[in-house]
Amino acid sequence: MAAPLIECHDLTRTYQMGDTKVHALRGVSATIDDGDYVAIMGASGSGKSTFMNMLGALDRPDSGSLSIAGESLQGLKADELAAFRNRKVGFVFQQFNLLSRTSAIENAGLPLLYAGAPWSVRRDKAIARLEQVGLGDRMDHHPAQLSGGQQQRVAIARALVNDPAILLADEPTGALDSQTSVEILEIFDGLNREGMTIILVTHEAEVAEHAKRKLVFRDGQIVEDRR
Amino acid sequence: MNLLASVRVALTALRINALRTVLAMLGVIIGVGSVIVMVSVSEGAKQAVEERISSFGANLLIIRPGSSSRGGRRGGAGTATFLSDGDVEAIRTEVDGVAAASGEVSGSAALISDGENWTTRIQAVNEDYFETRDWFANEGRVFTRDEVDDGARVLVIGQTVANEVFGATDPLGQTIRVGTTPMRVIGVLDEKGQSNWGTDQDDVAFVPISTGRDRVFGYEFGVRDPVFTIYAEVEGGANVARVRSDIEYMMRIRRNIEPGAEDDFNVRDLAEFIRAQNETEDQLGLLLAATAAISLLVGGIGIMNIMLVSVTERTREIGLRLAVGARRADIRNQFLIESVVLCVTGGLLGLGIGVVGTFIVGSMGDFPVAIQPMVAGLAIGSSAFVGVFFGFYPAFRASRLDPIEALRFE
Repeated sequence: MAAPLIECHDLTRTYQMGDTKVHALRGVSATIDDGDYVAIMGASGSGKSTFMNMLGALDRPDSGSLSIAGESLQGLKADELAAFRNRKVGFVFQQFNLLSRTSAIENAGLPLLYAGAPWSVRRDKAIARLEQVGLGDRMDHHPAQLSGGQQQRVAIARALVNDPAILLADEPTGALDSQTSVEILEIFDGLNREGMTIILVTHEAEVAEHAKRKLVFRDGQIVEDRR
Repeated sequence: MNLLASVRVALTALRINALRTVLAMLGVIIGVGSVIVMVSVSEGAKQAVEERISSFGANLLIIRPGSSSRGGRRGGAGTATFLSDGDVEAIRTEVDGVAAASGEVSGSAALISDGENWTTRIQAVNEDYFETRDWFANEGRVFTRDEVDDGARVLVIGQTVANEVFGATDPLGQTIRVGTTPMRVIGVLDEKGQSNWGTDQDDVAFVPISTGRDRVFGYEFGVRDPVFTIYAEVEGGANVARVRSDIEYMMRIRRNIEPGAEDDFNVRDLAEFIRAQNETEDQLGLLLAATAAISLLVGGIGIMNIMLVSVTERTREIGLRLAVGARRADIRNQFLIESVVLCVTGGLLGLGIGVVGTFIVGSMGDFPVAIQPMVAGLAIGSSAFVGVFFGFYPAFRASRLDPIEALRFE
């Protein structure tokens, strides 16, 4: 058995909010294998978003160890974390976060801009990913000309464009109607079947049903881990 | 991320908010425009001064007797002993770097011809005078050395005199009386226009210095061959200050001035004199430039303001860019380039407005204006500087945002 894709041990994270200290994570340990499909669940304030930010190299733990795809994230500087995110992590957000008045191709190719790829490479890879998510006919459209489901497909194409090791989705269906949600989740299912490791943050049980494994957070700790 | 890609991103962002972009630019447009108008106006004034200097004769030194000092009682200017033909000759032949020198005795007299009469300034000079003043005959010729030596009764007149005395008739070869002496007109000079002091330089008639002393001014001066003023032209390339001090040194010896005693003559550098007279004008130009710089500063503050607004508005965009791998320098450069593109575009528009404005100012008032090619560099340079200077803080703030908080920003 190969080493797990993600290994974390005893992660803690504390925020100062005004006068009170918020213990977002109180010693979280977990391993996630390559090709897994994990749903992270929990009430708001349970620490699930903080955990997700750690896995996405957006935040650093106060203590504990974290390694992803064989790289330890301890002690990396802000720009090193940015480079790591660029190479290893694809993000999908609840609010899509596309650049307005910018074509689907340019939106999908954005991570490659920061990887230093020339326009021709960005365009070709973005087109391939947009076709993969079923948007081959709307590549020149701006976000305002696309439906919510189509915008989320552009965001997924963007997350995939630099061949990441993990796909992190934070409430990806939170802003979509139920029919569209199913379509988006089917894309995730398909990606996972092809071997992509997917980590999904959600508070909806139906969404979590698509995953193979559920991690439930409460008060900054994992209280349930089941397949 | 390379520079070209950054510029493209910046241009896209500016196009999206076209109206706001133009309004933000307005300050820089007006600032750069006013800088260009001010520079052109003060450059025009400077050129006008140089023109006046060269209209009197460039590199001209003027030597005059100073005040006399007898037993502690000092007379006024011009009370010291006159200069002489010998001094003129010595300056011309013995001082290195003197191209030409002429003495001058002047006064006024009536010119009478066929019932017309006109009282004008008569200047009795050597043949070199015309060269020292860079002033040459338009028709006919000026005197020769022989005519000066012989005291020939010949006359060279200025344009005003030609018009007043002869009207449409050709003055060359005509005889007029200067006082009581009939003289022949041999030349009419180029038009010189007004002097720096507002007098008409063309209202003048020249006679050889010997003729003037014998025939026109016939009064006693107490010395042989008196000279009121000596004009000396310094050779091009020679050091004017050095020539001036050589002349002073020689004149002290010629006039037997004891070591330590004050000069009883003075040597003036005319160009220096006119420049000194126009110093207030230079200071005014400086003041105008400062005013223009302040308007550019205000424009820069406008840019900073709009960039801060833009950074706040686009916090989520910044968060997203950071999430997908933008380094801090990428974000900083993006906003810095946006600010520079904004300012330089404004600077180019300001350049156009400044050039048009300069022509309007030049045609409205009596201002001399001069547009130099370097103003284009000034416009681009100063606006790029404003862009970097006032864009840096907003760009720096953008680059310091925390990606998580930026993504959560509403």
